[in-house]
Amino acid sequence: MAGLLRLEVATPERMLLKENVREAQVPAANGYLGILPEHAPLLAELGTGVLVYELENGQKKWMSVIGGYVEVGPDRIRVLANRAESADEIDVERAQAALRRAEERILNPAPGIDVARALNAAERARVRLEAAQHR
Amino acid sequence: MPSLIDIRRRIRSVKSTQQITRAMKMVASARLRRAQDRVVNARPYSRMTRELLGDVVAAAGPEFVEKLPLLAVRPEKRVQLVLITADRGLAGAFNSNLIKAAQQFLEERSGREAMLELVGRKGRDFFVKRPVRISGETTGISQSAGQREAEQLGRKLIERFTSGEADSVYLLYNEFKSVLSQRVTVRKILPVEMPAAGAAREYIFEQPPMHMLEKLLPEYIVLLVLEAFLESAAAEQAARMTAMDAATTNAGEVIHKLTLFMNRVRQASITREIIEVVSGASALE
Repeated sequence: MAGLLRLEVATPERMLLKENVREAQVPAANGYLGILPEHAPLLAELGTGVLVYELENGQKKWMSVIGGYVEVGPDRIRVLANRAESADEIDVERAQAALRRAEERILNPAPGIDVARALNAAERARVRLEAAQHR
Repeated sequence: MPSLIDIRRRIRSVKSTQQITRAMKMVASARLRRAQDRVVNARPYSRMTRELLGDVVAAAGPEFVEKLPLLAVRPEKRVQLVLITADRGLAGAFNSNLIKAAQQFLEERSGREAMLELVGRKGRDFFVKRPVRISGETTGISQSAGQREAEQLGRKLIERFTSGEADSVYLLYNEFKSVLSQRVTVRKILPVEMPAAGAAREYIFEQPPMHMLEKLLPEYIVLLVLEAFLESAAAEQAARMTAMDAATTNAGEVIHKLTLFMNRVRQASITREIIEVVSGASALE
């Protein structure tokens, strides 16, 4: 039988997840990485994106991840995220408000507004909303 | 001799003080539990980050790592001290120990330029009135400080170090050892002292290791700041709990002594009255 991977997700403030998974899709800085058991050791930076993993029973779970690092060993994935939330704890209203605010700033940049920052904020909000769709 | 009424009034006042200290102790112990949880919850990330850092250093090759700007050891002419105190008092020697340690730290480096970054109202109130150079202050966060606050402060410190405003940066805070003891800790965070290099495993690197280190190191600094914040928050509640527990016990003792004294005074006045009655009666015989 195909082995399982130990997926650990930690943020500076708490340990978010410790779970055995069949596979995981990790939002690395240069694009998504699909990881199966027996993967070669790998270290990568994370971008802003959705982490999807499949549990032992075939159930899929989503989680938003913002920045950090991932370390892959033959039987484990360690995600050290700057921020991460599982799909069911994301505050959808807040993310929507953040998205609207950021888009507003991008479209009508008032003086003193950092557009790059607004773009990042919009990206973060979008990722949260995307993950939250899969509760 | 104080009158009975005076003593009763004092007993009542000590009792109400005792109620307050008892309530504060309960509040502190509830908050302590929460603060302790935060310390414990943050540990896995710290441990994993240190391991990751070790792995990346091993892969990058220590001889290259030494050239990174955040590791540059310069003669210590300008020192930055970050003092993390509590916002509130009534926590025993929590704040005064820190302030004493800070003064000693500055004295030891009196020949050099020193800057103080103050976190917490108690430390700020003390040093604002004194002739030291203050590079910045943050108050009102001693119990709520999290990743965001750590990032803000961490970036500021890194900026000062790389721009040459400070040749080294130290954190001074109370470490949470146990509920009964806090330890004043001085920790040098810049230049970075690297954790031991891990075993050089053959990792595939998505980004070149040096590139990763350049991003990882500032995050490591932020992590050290966050650890200090969390430790200090837990230590503060622990110190307050112990202090208020002692205060409640002391108030109990004072009440006990005053009650004995009150009884004696009452007894004395009764005895005096009896003597007066008896001697009055015998004078009539």
